[in-house]
Amino acid sequence: MKTSVFLGTVAAATLMAGAGMADTLADVKARGELNCGVNTGLVGFAAPDANGNWTGFDVDICKAVAAAVLGDPAKVKYVPTTGQTRFTALSSGEVDLLARNSTWTFSRDTDLKLDFIGVNYYDGQGFMVRKDLGVTSAKELDGATVCIQTGTTTELNLADYFKANNMTYQPVNIDSNAEGEQQYMAGACDAYTTDASGLAATRAAFADPENHIILPEIISKEPLGPAVRHGDNNWGDIVRWTLYALVAAEEYGITSKNIEELAKSSQNPEVQRLLGVTDDLGAMIGLDKDWAKRAILASGNYGEIFAANIGEQTPIGLARGLNAQWTQGGLMYAMPFR
Amino acid sequence: MTDLSVPATTPFRPSMLIYDRRYRSMTFQVIVFILVMALAWWLVNNTIRNLAALGKDFNFGFLWQRAGYDIPQTPIPYTSNDTHLRAAAVGLLNTLIVSILGCIAATVVGIIAGVARLSKNWLIARLMTVYVEAFRNVPLLLWILIVFAIFTEVMPPPNAFRGENPTASMILFDNVALTNRYTAIPTLGMTNDPGSLDLGARITISWATLAFAVVLVAGWIARRMIGAWAQQIQDRTGSRPTTWWMSLGVMTVPSLLLIWYFGLHLIPPTLKGFNFTGGLNVQNGLVALWLALTLYTGAFIAEIVRAGILAVSRGQSEAAFALGLRPGRTMNLVILPQALRVIIPPLISQYLNLTKNSSLAIAVGYMDIKGTLGGTTLNQTGRELEAIVLMMGVYLVLSLSISAGMNLFNARVKLKER
Repeated sequence: MKTSVFLGTVAAATLMAGAGMADTLADVKARGELNCGVNTGLVGFAAPDANGNWTGFDVDICKAVAAAVLGDPAKVKYVPTTGQTRFTALSSGEVDLLARNSTWTFSRDTDLKLDFIGVNYYDGQGFMVRKDLGVTSAKELDGATVCIQTGTTTELNLADYFKANNMTYQPVNIDSNAEGEQQYMAGACDAYTTDASGLAATRAAFADPENHIILPEIISKEPLGPAVRHGDNNWGDIVRWTLYALVAAEEYGITSKNIEELAKSSQNPEVQRLLGVTDDLGAMIGLDKDWAKRAILASGNYGEIFAANIGEQTPIGLARGLNAQWTQGGLMYAMPFR
Repeated sequence: MTDLSVPATTPFRPSMLIYDRRYRSMTFQVIVFILVMALAWWLVNNTIRNLAALGKDFNFGFLWQRAGYDIPQTPIPYTSNDTHLRAAAVGLLNTLIVSILGCIAATVVGIIAGVARLSKNWLIARLMTVYVEAFRNVPLLLWILIVFAIFTEVMPPPNAFRGENPTASMILFDNVALTNRYTAIPTLGMTNDPGSLDLGARITISWATLAFAVVLVAGWIARRMIGAWAQQIQDRTGSRPTTWWMSLGVMTVPSLLLIWYFGLHLIPPTLKGFNFTGGLNVQNGLVALWLALTLYTGAFIAEIVRAGILAVSRGQSEAAFALGLRPGRTMNLVILPQALRVIIPPLISQYLNLTKNSSLAIAVGYMDIKGTLGGTTLNQTGRELEAIVLMMGVYLVLSLSISAGMNLFNARVKLKER
């Protein structure tokens, strides 16, 4: 008797565990909170401030999704993940969404069973060295000791780059950006390599940023984007179109300041559809009419998010470059809201 | 008497499964067995279901794919073009290197500290108490990080050795450079290199190494034979011939001849480009991990040694003194052989602990098997379950091998009861 009850419970629990994997939207709504996987601390992209509030470029993606789905950008639980733990955290269901400067690659998209839903930052891998080293090109790094975050695509690019240029190097494997910073500052490595945006963010946090240079070579393509689990297409759609809504908002000139006004007065049919004035696009992805409006209101459109966290007015000082709108010669291009 | 035969004839009722002592133990064993099996079934079933839900399979094929990453310390030749399997093998060898070095050093430190803690010298005994308590009661990971931080922050970078008036200088007659990245030590060079034996899979072993191994083993056997011969003479005549020069001769002369024959010499490291080259660069990660593991485990071994010595009754040493044995010989001939019997079994578990604790290596960027197979490989291929299962298997085999070896040793030194 005891045993059969136990077995019954076990079977039921297993079935529920199996069924629970499929519908992330329902899970998030039931929980009332979005679990968002972020970096353990990369200033400008995702880092907690002195009061423990998370801010950054990736964090704002989490906020936009939470605002679209739950109606409140604050209803996010930030789960710090390292380069090593991030994909396991996503595939095991610990996080619903991974917004952690992760590179979209073939094997991650297929073999690792992730779905990258877009690119929020087009990046490339670079090297940072001390100015007094006298190095001006990555080609001069033969024999150097290089700090590298383990478990990243940059680790593989580094091996390929030095092999392709017939150079040798001594890797120093580190676990997080903070550790890399410490090792680099102590001189335990000649060069620190990671995504160029990450280097800029790291350098901005130094006491003497002017004594460090980022070498001109960009040795790889690193399209960074949010990822969700493979198999839940509706949830993937929600995150993908939330990102597109932010990008489209910039294209159409919708900002967090003028959004209410535009919702009332704009005669642009694209804007009206996006903000839910005419068509009800939200219903098609299981949300209400105002989802995109709330997402944009959370931290502004893509351009506002960029400028506030990593733009040229911030200490990190990244130019828009490839990440400008397609109308400005960049690669940011939202699919039509129709 | 008739009472006893009565229950056998009473018909079996289900309630007897609980109230009858003969069946009760059986009942509970069956229930526990079913529960354990159900738990195991649930775990396996849950894993299979969730893997299926994620669309993943259980497959070790990834081990034959190209690894694509570099490893700082490679005991066997390895490049980023090699397979994940070879990367795992490199990691395993790195685990073995730090474990073996750690076990040897921890034993030496432990025995010295354990004996010293019993010293009659107040200062030495107290100092050892402080050492043992400080290391036993602070988590190992902190010690590893502290030692590593000291190396990284205090030692000069290789750049400081450069120029006309360098701020740092090499030690031991310009042979060793302590830097914040590695300790550069000289390597051995040969003017008359006999080549290497190819073991397959790009693993080679120098003939010179083999020659030295043969000569050393032969020397050791010869020394034993000299000892036996001296013993024979002593048994026959009562006076033991002086043999130390013979032993010393068979142990050293052949090795010296080999050194001369191969033209063995030291190649000191030289600063070239960014780093020291020519010598061997022992990473700080390895040194920090080894030192921390040694001092931490050494503290436990010191307590085991102390307990072992205290376990030998005072009567033994008093009897030895009464026979006129000096304190040193009393320790070597009377106390230690008996103490060893107490020391060896807990020592085995300390060796196992040290080996398993070496998996903290990634904290200092030392690429052991947890760093290669359980770190980068796992992350690049997304094969969590397979990698973890493999690692558990590897550590299990490693631990059981150490256990088996030490149990053999224990069987030799333990009290032979007749």
